[in-house]
Amino acid sequence: MNTIEKKIIEKMQAGMPISEKPYEEIAEALNISQTQLLRTLDGMKKSGLIRRIGLVPNHYAIGYTVNLMTVWDIKDSDIDQVGVSVGALDFVSHCYQRPRHLPDWPYNFFAMVHGKSEAEANDKMQQINLLIKDSCRQFTSLKSTKILKKTGLRI
Amino acid sequence: MDISAQDIELLNRVQKNFPIVSDPFAEIASELGRDKSEMINRLALLEQAGFIARFGGVNNHKKMGASTLAALNVPTEKIDEISTLVNSFREVNHNYLRENAFNLWFVVTAATEGKLQEILSEIQRRSECELLDLPMVKSYHIDLAFQI
Repeated sequence: MNTIEKKIIEKMQAGMPISEKPYEEIAEALNISQTQLLRTLDGMKKSGLIRRIGLVPNHYAIGYTVNLMTVWDIKDSDIDQVGVSVGALDFVSHCYQRPRHLPDWPYNFFAMVHGKSEAEANDKMQQINLLIKDSCRQFTSLKSTKILKKTGLRI
Repeated sequence: MDISAQDIELLNRVQKNFPIVSDPFAEIASELGRDKSEMINRLALLEQAGFIARFGGVNNHKKMGASTLAALNVPTEKIDEISTLVNSFREVNHNYLRENAFNLWFVVTAATEGKLQEILSEIQRRSECELLDLPMVKSYHIDLAFQI
């Protein structure tokens, strides 16, 4: 990552204005041309340095008050197949393979689901279960009871 | 302020693939069949009313350095003390209390793997709790947006 890419990432992470010409304002603040900004952003998006540009809704304000971290013990041989099917569900916001820590932590697959009620979130977890039950030995969910810290990534 | 179906459509559209062009809202307005200025004003109102957590770039943590999801099993009476300890690290950017024996779940992002491990060791040593270090092995859903 070069200096200009780093400056752009920091600025984009801090936030864009909701205005007629958001990129023009960002470019002005960084003292570069809008053309250079757009070209660099496009490159960073393609290389994966920037995952996405857009807004993050306040899920809680919109009514998605339940955030359920579902964790699954998936047979190692099936993990990719399960990951792809669960990742395609439109109610799953993140899903990752992570290491087990036996004996305390047998779960190797995480999928985050959101719901407007506990029942709705649980129903979504059951939908995942139906989809992958042949590959899954056990699963559980960890409801969040309190956000203790939430900040954007700092670099 | 009440949120309408049209607002949800707009929020969903602006969640993903915000156009990287000089007049991005013109593209979205034309896709949604709306007047651009009216749409931008509405979006600004939604932001003021707290329906938008942030608008900007979402970085790829994996390409930025080292990161992990960690969990601690904290005795109930020590939650406040230990969460203050965990939050005191600027490298911790999310920290949630969850219903499980492992009840404190947080994301740590550092410039290098060495620095990350140093922070985890220090948290473990000072909290005297068992710590799970669960770095991502593989992501199957790289886009953090979900349909609202």
